[in-house]
Amino acid sequence: MTRTAFTRALALGSAAVLLAACGSDGGGDAGDSSGDGVTITWWHNSNNDPGKGFYEQAAADFEGDNPGVTIEITALQHEDMLTKLDAAFQSGDAPDIYMERGGGELADHVEAGLTKDLTDAASDTIETLGGSVAGWQVDGKTYGLPFSLGVVGFWYNTAMFDEAGITATPTTWEEMYAAIDQLEAAGMEPISVGAGDKWPAAHYWYYFALRECSQDVLSAAVTSLDFSDPCFVAAGEDLEEVIAADPFNKGFLSTPAQSGPTSASGLLATGKVAMEMQGHWEPGVMQGLTEDGQGLGDKTGWFAFPAVDGGAGDQAAALGGGDAWALSADAPDEAVAFVEYLLSDDVQRGFAENSMGLPTNPAASDAVADPALATLLEVRDQAPYVQLYFDTAFGASVGGAMNDEIALMFAGKASPQDIVDATQAAADAEK
Amino acid sequence: MGPALSLFLLFVVWPIIKAVQFSVYRWKGFGPLTDFVGWRNYDSVLHNEVFTGALLHNLAIVALSLLIQLPLGLAIALLLNRRMWGQGMLRTVIFVPYVLSEVIAGVVWFQLLQPQYGVVDALLAAVGLEGPEQGWLGTPEYALYTVFAVLTWKYLGLAVILFLAGLQGVPEELFEAAQLDGASWWQVQRRITIPLLGPTLRVWAFLSMIGSLQLFDMVWILTGGGPANATTTMATFLVTEGTKRQNYGIAAAASVVLFVVALVMALLYQALVLRRDVRDASVGAGR
Repeated sequence: MTRTAFTRALALGSAAVLLAACGSDGGGDAGDSSGDGVTITWWHNSNNDPGKGFYEQAAADFEGDNPGVTIEITALQHEDMLTKLDAAFQSGDAPDIYMERGGGELADHVEAGLTKDLTDAASDTIETLGGSVAGWQVDGKTYGLPFSLGVVGFWYNTAMFDEAGITATPTTWEEMYAAIDQLEAAGMEPISVGAGDKWPAAHYWYYFALRECSQDVLSAAVTSLDFSDPCFVAAGEDLEEVIAADPFNKGFLSTPAQSGPTSASGLLATGKVAMEMQGHWEPGVMQGLTEDGQGLGDKTGWFAFPAVDGGAGDQAAALGGGDAWALSADAPDEAVAFVEYLLSDDVQRGFAENSMGLPTNPAASDAVADPALATLLEVRDQAPYVQLYFDTAFGASVGGAMNDEIALMFAGKASPQDIVDATQAAADAEK
Repeated sequence: MGPALSLFLLFVVWPIIKAVQFSVYRWKGFGPLTDFVGWRNYDSVLHNEVFTGALLHNLAIVALSLLIQLPLGLAIALLLNRRMWGQGMLRTVIFVPYVLSEVIAGVVWFQLLQPQYGVVDALLAAVGLEGPEQGWLGTPEYALYTVFAVLTWKYLGLAVILFLAGLQGVPEELFEAAQLDGASWWQVQRRITIPLLGPTLRVWAFLSMIGSLQLFDMVWILTGGGPANATTTMATFLVTEGTKRQNYGIAAAASVVLFVVALVMALLYQALVLRRDVRDASVGAGR
């Protein structure tokens, strides 16, 4: 009895340790080329129609033009995909084609030799995309081909705004607070936020930092990881003011970003709240969360993050980011050809027409049919610069600490200085 | 070397050694181990408020389980041990949650506990009460207790079934003798049933303690450790540090701390509590 109990205790205790040990000795597997047939594995996050079907068609078309090539598609919900990708990288079992968000994360992948250099292999496409690829370059080499590049802003329900008597969308935070009051007076919940997932809450702080900090301070922070400029504290003070005004949906601390009808996106899609600050993917997410597959349909509106009075930052700068197709280091040449096909004029136009995102191929710009997305595209193209989401730019460790502390502020448990301190501490641990 | 021993070495001892090795490096999860940092990961884990909070949450769950699940499970087992109408059905109903997958149970409760749109708040509203503004899982002050309530719903069935099995081992003659001597139902339970159920209770407490220290799935689904780190456990901490933030060295250090805490508590329990059962058993065997 004594020995078995001891062994059991040991076994149970080590179960937790096992977790940490997983993925230490993962061996890589080469591209599945055998004879004439080549199988390309492709993971993406368009797991709802029309996006899902559109990509299936694109793969089928490519297979038709390239006999012997088989494309195995795995369409995953966004959060699931991120978890599975992390695990795949650790086990050395990454798909041939996957989505890369750029920034610190890409730099880590490149340093570990996980990602294929596309500089020469896809030079024509890189030229077509122009400045958009900047976020996916490390030391002058290009590792990802962005297929969608968007900016974060407020998605709103035009019918609810009309009903509350809001005639023009807010351009300053003063007007924003007035709009919030009008919506509340009309008995509506003004804003939903998926603070349970942290990053949607963190976007508020990022944007306020963009409004309070000059571009020089921000770009210096990305490289030096120095957050001592007082503008970062000012960003937290601006956010505190918003939280104090209590414009958010009931239960926002545990609300998920975009899974299910009671998620932040679901609440907007089903007319339960008037607006939500989210990325350019919002219409597609909302379509998947309503029974008729329409999302907010023609009631979808968009406006840019309002200006902050007296902020030292550029009031037209935008927070954003995008998704690029990247290839794992051992992906076959056919996979390069396929991602170039995905960025061709035709596929990018179809991508835009289906409101799957904001095309990066200039030939597809006018194909953005949705009026709300067209507004967003205009703001993106007129912004003096597009700042990559901080958590992506700074990498998982610093970004995670930052997001955690910002989520604490939403719960009333962190001050503006706490956010800066926690971020700085995580940054110092990286140095 | 026997196959059992090699399996044990491969799947128990080796991972522990690897975890200890990772815990002294700074490591992003891929590439070779090159950045040796010594005790620094342990230092940062033990001085991290989120981790010490997580350890306290684990200990709170251990204590709550013993203080609430044990008496509740025992009471239900004693009631169900009597011949009564619908006994079989009641036993099944109590045991069903334990059979459900943890993830399914978690998702169902997550939906039930939604603020504003959830069934729990709707039921409360129907009797004129109001749930907390941020919801049961979104309010830092209530979240841990809400998680514990769901855990109790999920795991009470196991306690009841174990206790009922233990009760089968209590000889019927003792009850009859006691009844002939004029003992009340309550006296019978207190003087005969519960003392004879001792070994089962102590084994259940051991399993419950280890389970509470390793608590992960239900917390991950219901709250992910939030809000404001109010429900973090050591296991959610190490997963967040590891897979989310790619600080695998810190995650490994946290896992070693968790292992040591669980091992020490298990050995102490073994030495101080379970030992008596072992001695009783050996006396019994000698007769």
